[in-house]
Amino acid sequence: MKNEIRGSQVLDCRGLACPLPIVKTKKAIDTMIAGEVIEVQATDKGSLADFKSWAGNTGHQYLGTLHDGDVLKHFIRKAAPDETRDEVHFAHVIDNAELQARLQQSDKAVVLDVREHAEYGFNHIPGAISIPLGELESRWSELDARTQIYVICRTGRRSDTACQLLHDRGLQVVNVIPGMAEWSGATEASARAE
Amino acid sequence: MGMTASRSRKPTLMTASELAGMILRKEQLFLLDVRNEGDYQNWRIEGDSITVMNKPYFELLDGVEAIVDECPRNQKLLVVCAKEGSSYFVAEQLMEAGITDVYYLQGGMKSWSEHIEPVKVGELKDGGVLYQFVRLGKGCLSYMIISDGEAAVVDAIRLTDAYEQLARENGAVIKHAIDTHLHADHISGGRKLAEASGASYWLPPKDAEETVFPYSRLEEGSPIAVGHSEIAIQPIYSPGHTIGSTSLLIEDTYLLSGDILFVASIGRPDLAGKAEDWVHDLRSSLYETFSRLDPELIVLPAHYGNRQELREDGSVMARLGDLFHSNPGLNIADQEAFRHAVTSGLPPQPHAYQEIRETNMGKLQPSESEQGDMEIGPNRCAIHDR
Repeated sequence: MKNEIRGSQVLDCRGLACPLPIVKTKKAIDTMIAGEVIEVQATDKGSLADFKSWAGNTGHQYLGTLHDGDVLKHFIRKAAPDETRDEVHFAHVIDNAELQARLQQSDKAVVLDVREHAEYGFNHIPGAISIPLGELESRWSELDARTQIYVICRTGRRSDTACQLLHDRGLQVVNVIPGMAEWSGATEASARAE
Repeated sequence: MGMTASRSRKPTLMTASELAGMILRKEQLFLLDVRNEGDYQNWRIEGDSITVMNKPYFELLDGVEAIVDECPRNQKLLVVCAKEGSSYFVAEQLMEAGITDVYYLQGGMKSWSEHIEPVKVGELKDGGVLYQFVRLGKGCLSYMIISDGEAAVVDAIRLTDAYEQLARENGAVIKHAIDTHLHADHISGGRKLAEASGASYWLPPKDAEETVFPYSRLEEGSPIAVGHSEIAIQPIYSPGHTIGSTSLLIEDTYLLSGDILFVASIGRPDLAGKAEDWVHDLRSSLYETFSRLDPELIVLPAHYGNRQELREDGSVMARLGDLFHSNPGLNIADQEAFRHAVTSGLPPQPHAYQEIRETNMGKLQPSESEQGDMEIGPNRCAIHDR
């Protein structure tokens, strides 16, 4: 199966034993911008549980791990300090349950997922369009201005910014809150993940 | 991390064998386990004289200030991780922070899992000896019978050096490697031992239906002789943990009960996916076959579940008659209650047990390091294991 999941940078930790993969990842993440995704390639199988646990403790978001032969590819998104702050500005919102109900009623409902490619890759609503927030300014014209678009991210914060941007360009958008972090409906992945 | 005046002192290496000695002698030790919490909760080093603290190494990347006040300065401190690297990393920082008596475990939990300690169980006729090998890290027990220049090994673990060494020290040649059943919690070293020393590899035929290598049939009525004084190993068919499970009677004194009967519990019937089918076999092996044996027999199982089963000398054994009083698994009068006890609410299955079974059948050939990873974790072959 084609691996469509990518990070904004790749860190090679193949052949390294603990603690080096996490020591090097921490250094690399310190230089990254909040929201960026790093792909860490490691061969130590024990690194999987450590990466999950470490990310959880630091607040960074562990997205998932792909198995490519003997290599484990861990995807981690650097957290922003104010990531989970409840700060929604765009007036037109619906909650997860309501979107789920509308998706069940109609298979034509358009969902736009503005999380990073790797986040989308591991887990997204079937049929959702993927345009990361950072690419929206240059790609918004790909979207259909005649239909209502449900914009979703992980916690409702990036999708709020996206809604404001798209609304200013004349699109009919609704922000989905809280977003994928608490989504209990159907999901799919772009690649086989663990 | 602050400046340090001198970095000349390094943490001291401790081997699994030295650690085993400390545990058996009940010497005080402070153990800092730096693996992630999940791995620590699942399986860890325990001992009556050990104080344990868990703090993952990845929470100590910027320094050990968070834990240094909790570390004792008047006793040995051993840092343990999965394979060694992270424990050395943390141990070094502890020394820089002023803790002095700091050790790290050579090879980490992987080595601990693989270490076995031989304990002499008893004398056999004409100078024969029976040894029990205690695998403290996983709770596996294996055996060697030595008589007159020949040896038989029962339920050997994957790493066979310790058996070969003990045979050499006793001037014996390993003639038989016997597995009481197809193991699901550890990779058998039986076949490897047999190939290395030209010995026969014995396996119960009903457990060997899918194996892809030749073997000798371990069957009731076909005793195995060790040494010229002919110590007879009498197989007793006792199914239930697996369909082929066979116990071994040695000189009408010792009962090697495999994974059917333990000191504090009994075997689980579900590791081959046939719990319901094997309940009846398990009950009749324990409540009929074993109850007809001499109560004076010394039971020597293939596992133990918790350290309370270890005796003062580090061995695990009990009189069969005593177990019919003290072992909860031998005291369930009602058939239906027994079925319930051995089929529901069982502990989690051992890590990678399917792959381990297939490896023991010869169907999978994992690399040395894959084999080590497959065996990580406790054995959990008894119904009362946690």
